[in-house]
Amino acid sequence: MSEAAHHPSLQHHFVDLEQQREAASLGMWVFIAQEVLFFGGLFASYAVYRHQYPAAFSAGSHHLSWRIGFANTLVLIGSSLTMAMAVHSAAVGKSRRAVGFLLATILLGSVFLGVKYFEYGEKIRPCFGDGPYSGCLVPGERFDASAVHLSGDEGRHSQIFFSLYFGMTGLHALHMIVGIPIILTVATLAWRGAYGPRYHTPVEMVGLYWHFVDIIWIFLFPLLYLIGAH
Amino acid sequence: MSGHVVSWKIYLAVFAALAALTGVTVLVTGYDFGPLNLIVALGVAVTKASLVVLYFMHARYSPRLTGVVIASGLAFFVILVFLILTDYLSRPWPLTAAG
Amino acid sequence: MSSEEAALPKEHYLSGGWDLKSWLLTTDHKRIGILYLVSITLMFALGSFYAALVRWNLLVPDGSHMSADTYNKAFTGHGVIMVFFFLIPSIPATLGNFLIPLMIGAKDLAFPRINLLSWYVYVIGGGITLYALLTGGLETGWTFYTPYSTVFAQSNVELAAVGIFVAGFSSILTGLNFIVTIHKMRAPGMTWFRMPLFVWAHYATAIIQVLGTPVIAITILLVALERIVHFGFFDPNRGGDPILFQHLFWFYSHPAVYIMILPSMGVISEIITCFSRKRIFGYSFIAMSSLAIAAIGFLVWAHHMFVTGMAVYSAMVFSALTYLVAVPSAIKTFNWTATLYRGSVQWDTPMIYVFCFIGLFLIGGLTGLFLGNLGTDVHLTDTYFVVAHFHYIMVGGAIMGYLGGLHFWWPKITGRKYVEAWGKVSSLLVFVGFNLTFFPQFVLGYLGMPRRYHVYPDEFQVLNVLSTAGATILGFGYLFPFSYLFHSIFRGQPAGNDPWHAKGLEWTTTSPPPTANFETVPVVTEEPYDYGEPPKGDGHV
Repeated sequence: MSEAAHHPSLQHHFVDLEQQREAASLGMWVFIAQEVLFFGGLFASYAVYRHQYPAAFSAGSHHLSWRIGFANTLVLIGSSLTMAMAVHSAAVGKSRRAVGFLLATILLGSVFLGVKYFEYGEKIRPCFGDGPYSGCLVPGERFDASAVHLSGDEGRHSQIFFSLYFGMTGLHALHMIVGIPIILTVATLAWRGAYGPRYHTPVEMVGLYWHFVDIIWIFLFPLLYLIGAH
Repeated sequence: MSGHVVSWKIYLAVFAALAALTGVTVLVTGYDFGPLNLIVALGVAVTKASLVVLYFMHARYSPRLTGVVIASGLAFFVILVFLILTDYLSRPWPLTAAG
Repeated sequence: MSSEEAALPKEHYLSGGWDLKSWLLTTDHKRIGILYLVSITLMFALGSFYAALVRWNLLVPDGSHMSADTYNKAFTGHGVIMVFFFLIPSIPATLGNFLIPLMIGAKDLAFPRINLLSWYVYVIGGGITLYALLTGGLETGWTFYTPYSTVFAQSNVELAAVGIFVAGFSSILTGLNFIVTIHKMRAPGMTWFRMPLFVWAHYATAIIQVLGTPVIAITILLVALERIVHFGFFDPNRGGDPILFQHLFWFYSHPAVYIMILPSMGVISEIITCFSRKRIFGYSFIAMSSLAIAAIGFLVWAHHMFVTGMAVYSAMVFSALTYLVAVPSAIKTFNWTATLYRGSVQWDTPMIYVFCFIGLFLIGGLTGLFLGNLGTDVHLTDTYFVVAHFHYIMVGGAIMGYLGGLHFWWPKITGRKYVEAWGKVSSLLVFVGFNLTFFPQFVLGYLGMPRRYHVYPDEFQVLNVLSTAGATILGFGYLFPFSYLFHSIFRGQPAGNDPWHAKGLEWTTTSPPPTANFETVPVVTEEPYDYGEPPKGDGHV
């Protein structure tokens, strides 16, 4: 018992490592619940506008490449697998293996972000320079509704779809961009032997965060890329 | 979790299921179920998310309080969407018998 | 053990250093509570300044004291600061931070560094918002209604929006910390139903903070994005819906008012039982009603939107739910009243504020019923009736509780007693000033004076002048505690562990408490509020 009390990672206001881990876990889950509501505002907006503008949403969705979305989804789910394996490795004391899996997670996450960068680029690049901005899909004055084969009111409504596309996937990507350095930090500490079977809480916590980010994408993919029959 | 370690084989199985379900969600877009399209898509997504929560995030092996936190977050998200939709969905309803 | 013989303990949480580093890098929840106390007091002063501008303008009906634009900036500044930077953090970040670990027998909150982070986040958010308000101002109203705020406003909307977005995370982190602390850090024997009701109140509040705040965070972020990138999300010209903004905004901002009132109700429960020398009546009802208010409070937001053109059937649902949310608040009020019955009431300053709270909260709550009713709301909404209603709750309710709590726990926080006579005088000034300010506004609203208007019909002037006179008295009323409480830090009589002879773990340790809160970890065996039978005679213990 006194051995556990002197564990270097035990903070002074906790009785033991178990209480500290339970507190950390509860804290991270509460944070995730908060994130559900944070994204929730965007999902609620999506629900309202899709109900109001079904044709515009369908047209906008058809313009997105479902193949790219499908591949990217597999990449992200893969990164969740490597993250789960990283936690597992840390829990059984295999620190080096954990580092490997954490780096694999970062790699897959970066691939996902790279693909998104490419997808965004296609839609944003036409908006620069002097007219005619055909193919520009950034909502605003330069938006080119003819790219989704719409005009007039419905053309304007499709801007709402793309606002949601950029807003939701953008916020999601931001969460990944924030997460990757944190995973790197945890990987560095794991490499230096900070974690073992008795204490690997930061690995678990970063895992919870990353899986949540994956879950958001699990919903974004069908809602944005797969509206209506293809 | 209290030292409970989930076998890596389960993780692999979950990954396979998630990949398969992703394929399903793409395949069903080839069929038109009308208003059910959305239900099917969301149903598949919820199934996938449940697998991630239960196994990757260890919710299955976590104390009941974790489940309460998850349920609360989801419940209030549903309230947000549902109550907002009561406004938008009932706007066309007639105010009197005459419309 | 009489307090005349009390002396300050040799070592306590304040004796260990007064340099900047010991304050700015502290992880001690008690010091962080004081950091917040200083910050929110500054914010309150600024918010009061804006209020003074508003009441100054309304002295005359023709709006000649300032331009319409300046007036709009005045009421907006008042609202933004008072809501986001004073009321929301007030009791939780000051008294909650200080007392919750003490009350449950813990050494600190679950995440002390996140606690400090939450203060820095508050300061940064506050700094950004103040910068926006003071350089160019904000004239949209604290409610940021679109499309005015996103398309037409010519002021620092996006900057203020970012500031509020940042500050929101302070609230979320505080709530997260409280939830984990209350679940995981209670001392042995401190079961849920032995916890003080102050802790229950903060638990319910924390749930609202965690689940509600993120929605306004994303909403206000969207407003900022709209202005910067012109997405057209809430712009009808581009297919956007301004009513959607209001749904998202009020989803948080209604539960937000419960963030403001629940902690105050927790304070009332603590004070009323001590100063009646009697166990609280209906402990579990009060505890459960806090949770009920938190839950049902999320279901009523559209009662702020009845006249917007939202669907009538939906409005009916929200109206019915609004009537439901009044029930748990009423349950609390009945239980407090029953606590007083056959108690031995002691009229110290904290108890005076309790009585102020109960009476004024009652008026505020009952007037809410007129607003929750679809028919009468059409007449009363966007008039001064609403302004009076929410000020009765937020000032007559929340702030009275805050002042009562500050006075009650001041000896514990500082180790010193304030001069009781000044406490009584100030509470009288505050009570009189408050009622003179806001009661006329019920009449004005009923007679049809709209809110947020720079000018008004001549026949409303007398009531407006009365209101401004009341505000002046109220202002003085607030200045007094600021000075005698501050003065007591240096000259007050040492209080001893338990100057009020109150029950509760916080009173078993020294005043001020040691950094680790307790010499030894307490083990709880008693039920809460074990005041026993009230003594015969005049009741002074």
